[in-house]
Amino acid sequence: MANRWQNTLSENDVTPEAAFLNRRQIMAGGVAGLGLASGLGGSPALAQEALDPNDYEDITQYNNYYEFGTGKDDPSRYADQLTTTPWSVKIEGMVDKPGDYAFEDIMKAVTIEDRLYRFRCVEAWSMVVPWNGFELADLLDMAGVQSGAKYVAFETALRPDEMPGVKFPVLEWPYVEGLRLDEAMHPLTIMATGIYGNDIPNQNGAPLRLVVPWKYGFKSIKSVVRITLTDTQPPTSWNKANPREYGFYSNVNPEVDHPRWSQATERPIGGGLFARRVPTLMFNGYEEEVASLYSGMDLKANF
Amino acid sequence: MAYENSARSAPSVVDRLNQTLRRVPIWPLYIILSLPIPYFFYLGLTGGLGPEPINALEREYGALGLKLLIAGLAITPLRRFAGLNLIRFRRAIGVMTFVYILSHFLVWAFLDIQTLDRVWSDILKRPYITIGMAGFLCLIPLAATSNNWSVRRLGPRWRKLHKLTYAAVILGGVHYIWLVKGIQLEPLIYMAVILGLLALRIPGRRKKSG
Repeated sequence: MANRWQNTLSENDVTPEAAFLNRRQIMAGGVAGLGLASGLGGSPALAQEALDPNDYEDITQYNNYYEFGTGKDDPSRYADQLTTTPWSVKIEGMVDKPGDYAFEDIMKAVTIEDRLYRFRCVEAWSMVVPWNGFELADLLDMAGVQSGAKYVAFETALRPDEMPGVKFPVLEWPYVEGLRLDEAMHPLTIMATGIYGNDIPNQNGAPLRLVVPWKYGFKSIKSVVRITLTDTQPPTSWNKANPREYGFYSNVNPEVDHPRWSQATERPIGGGLFARRVPTLMFNGYEEEVASLYSGMDLKANF
Repeated sequence: MAYENSARSAPSVVDRLNQTLRRVPIWPLYIILSLPIPYFFYLGLTGGLGPEPINALEREYGALGLKLLIAGLAITPLRRFAGLNLIRFRRAIGVMTFVYILSHFLVWAFLDIQTLDRVWSDILKRPYITIGMAGFLCLIPLAATSNNWSVRRLGPRWRKLHKLTYAAVILGGVHYIWLVKGIQLEPLIYMAVILGLLALRIPGRRKKSG
């Protein structure tokens, strides 16, 4: 079932490709646009109206994908080595129909939608990305989630021959992530397969990657090869690497700082050398949609 | 010393290099070492540092500052173990180290963090920033006394004061290791070089002081 969530933006708001290029020039000329965005930053509803996607260049040349190196430009430089065809996702654990799901078969079965989402990195920068993708719930429904399942575990491809960054133990490879089942089934949670109507570039997690817009970017695991339904909370890479700094939930929360920096503000990418910080929104601006998932939970303890 | 022995036979490459370097004026070094500051700033303004130029500029200045700090630390061992005498250039390297770390601090405070209350609270609350700040503070008296008048006035205390460099470089190395996410190779290489250069100064290893 697609189209469970509707953007407040209409088709008319989608920026034609020529206009991105113009906007880049306008942005380079001054910070007026950002001043406006920051003025509206306090109100999620207004901020949603003001969502203005980043340039394709920004989205595809400023990435964290440590399998290709820790530099922001390493993924765009090296990710073309990644073979993405053929591709299949192994879905296993507490599902009725475990097995290898070929990427083409998944694409035939799902409806691809446009989702214009805020993307907030734990490093306190942010973008707005026009994703194309389908709801994760649709993929999980294909496999048939069993009643006892409580969590969904994800795994990124591990290809030492194609991924120069995995030579170094920056993290324990392969990269793994996890969601609670209700988070995974939420209509905002998608598997992205495109950006700006193009196939998703390798450096952004081709051929399909998770996008959970109310969580810090590292939760949105790239190039997924395995999905496991379990009844226990799965391990997650950054939490394993540094449990004091990165929690399982990692919901965007301006009131809970990273131990090494404040999360109260963020810097929108694309504003140049004098870009102003803007206030970070609770649940990255999706409070209305997702706050109920965490009612009664201590978000400071469950960071 | 090694180079004196070799000088008796035929002038070695190092001797000839030392002779040539003696005639090289020092002031151009200040200019050459300054050039990357406006260059990277210009790149940041014009998109040459990528979509997020603030962090990139901050890191360029910080990394160059740490490199110069390490270069300054290499001068004594280079003379002692290779006979290469670059001592004339050490002040320029030291002063420019300070200029880079000052630029690094200014970009961080005014372009990155942007408000002074947040700058202050980050210095107090975030250990890796506290450490970086401590390293920067060490450099201030060093830069302030990098002139002939101070050397004369402080006498033997000048040498003692300038041992603060050792504290500054260790603080800088730790700051770098701590600021990256995960375990990354580059900051560990820097730290290994720093510790190596400091180890060469351990008194037991010294045959004859400078």
